[in-house]
Amino acid sequence: MPDRQVVLRLWRTNGSNGDGRSGRFDEARVAADPGRDTVLDVIERAWALVDRTLVFRHACHHASCGTCAVRVDGRERLPCITGLGEVWDGHSALTIEPLRNSPTIRDLASDPSPTIARLASLRLPYVRTVESDVRAASGVAADDDVGAAERFEDCIECLACVSACSVASGDPEYLGPAVLAAADRIVEEPRHQDSERILDLVNGEHGVWQCRSVWACSAVCPSGVDPAGRIMKLRRRLLFGEEGGVAAIPSSSAHLGVGA
Amino acid sequence: MTPSALVVGSGSTGAAVAHDLTLRGVAVTVLERGEIASGTTGRNHGLLHSGARYAVKDRESAVECIVERDILARIMPELLELNGGLFIAVDEAGLAYREPFLEACARSGIPTRELTSVEARLLEPALGGNVLAAVEVPDGVFDPLHFCLAFLATARANGAAIRPYAEVEELVVRGSSVEGAIVRDRRTGERRTIEADIVINATGPWADRVAAMAGVDVPVAPTAGVMVAVAGRYVDRVINRLDKPSDGDIVLPQRRTVVIGTSSWPVDDPDLIAIPPEHVALMFDRGGELVPGVRGAASRPRGVFAAARPLIGRAGDASGGRELSRTFECFDHAADGIDGFVTISGGKTTTARAMAERTADVACRKLGVTSACRTAEVPLRSYREFYDA
Repeated sequence: MPDRQVVLRLWRTNGSNGDGRSGRFDEARVAADPGRDTVLDVIERAWALVDRTLVFRHACHHASCGTCAVRVDGRERLPCITGLGEVWDGHSALTIEPLRNSPTIRDLASDPSPTIARLASLRLPYVRTVESDVRAASGVAADDDVGAAERFEDCIECLACVSACSVASGDPEYLGPAVLAAADRIVEEPRHQDSERILDLVNGEHGVWQCRSVWACSAVCPSGVDPAGRIMKLRRRLLFGEEGGVAAIPSSSAHLGVGA
Repeated sequence: MTPSALVVGSGSTGAAVAHDLTLRGVAVTVLERGEIASGTTGRNHGLLHSGARYAVKDRESAVECIVERDILARIMPELLELNGGLFIAVDEAGLAYREPFLEACARSGIPTRELTSVEARLLEPALGGNVLAAVEVPDGVFDPLHFCLAFLATARANGAAIRPYAEVEELVVRGSSVEGAIVRDRRTGERRTIEADIVINATGPWADRVAAMAGVDVPVAPTAGVMVAVAGRYVDRVINRLDKPSDGDIVLPQRRTVVIGTSSWPVDDPDLIAIPPEHVALMFDRGGELVPGVRGAASRPRGVFAAARPLIGRAGDASGGRELSRTFECFDHAADGIDGFVTISGGKTTTARAMAERTADVACRKLGVTSACRTAEVPLRSYREFYDA
């Protein structure tokens, strides 16, 4: 067991209260090795050794399942791949809070249901055609005769982007960065889905024209999805179409000055 | 009256048992103390085994794997990367293993295709120049959380109650029979008793603790293995070292990463596993012999994780647990004088559906339910439906 100690300020709620806004911070002091521990390691240690009533989400511990996302000192992170040494100065307390803009189940655990229900209605397939990023980077082309391999979509549905989004905090109906990024993936690679239906949806009142271009979603995404970039791509598709033709600017966006 | 069952644990086994029993008309409640798949299943490698890994030494596991791999490809096709796998020989020992390996795969019904080293490197350019021989097999990749959610979403759509954050604190034992559980809702702190005709203990390396609540002894040897995720999708296929199973002999793709695994060491407490740094270094050394590019990330892995396999046996039975069987066992505790209580342990996620079928057969016999298993035919729902309100 490491010999240094970190103090965690852990957000605690009194049962499920929906918004997670009413609660308090509890402090937990646990052993820590900033060179090797992740933030999830020390949260888990706080649960195992200090207070077994702490509720937090976790499953894969390597940024594949998306369940453990929280805010660490105010910034959305996946604690399973955040080294303690990256975020801890060695003496201050580390503040851990649940995500914003999703209901809180209890303490640090957010309920992803509202956003995932929206994702479900989009029907983005879970597997996509591989783009062989490493090979492309190394200049080695894959053999065309082999046929396209498949892989899982980048988005792990952790909802860090939704938490960081200033529009989502003001408009609960806003589709939000995760859903809009998924929409762009469908238009990019339809896989038997109806792109027109998707474009109509994102062109609506709570769609892409609400984005204020803060780019916080892309900054916090742990998986390289770049939701803000995809929102901008969707806007271009809506304005200029796939073939470059100019489409009508939707009336719902006129008051935002889009296209000016 | 509809017979009822409590399934304790929502890893791959508990999730598949819940789905199976629900299809057979049993009223199922799943009790999980944390998030779905927050124990052993969530932290597994994500390898959909063709069975080739086990073919030489453990034919029973190999056959189980290839049969289940084909069934899963039917019932959850949207959740699997079926890009196949390569077994590559990178030394003389590997070359010597090729003949017995090919014969054993043929005996187990696992299709193989021999490739030259040039063909293998055309398929997977990130392989090193040290490939002496290669064999293609139908391995695949799954995501463990979504694997469980698909079973649970389907179970719930068919009437099961799924209750995460519900921790079993005691079993209700009346006379010589388990008749329910006393459960703490960790969201509210409330404690209440849930009655049921049968309790299925699917808690993996925690199975001995839950069994002890009924005064029953279950032989579980929690055996951890380390896995290391590295940024960069170096390969699209599962890369296995052609040799008898050992440490760090699998590199598989996951999104924009690859994951190297694994090792094996016994642990006392599955709740808190300290990962030995030398095991992490070993993953880079051994994994680097298969996919040299991963070595560059040795000082900065994207993720390092471990969970305890629920191997059947006693701690200390064998060195490091590698020799304990990877197949599973279903214990009807009537043999221990306790009725209404079944434990399922051992196994691996690839064979979770088969484990569930065997367990549900035992449970249904005890409950007087005669419906047959249908899980090999019924397609699963999208994992996203798990979150439907």
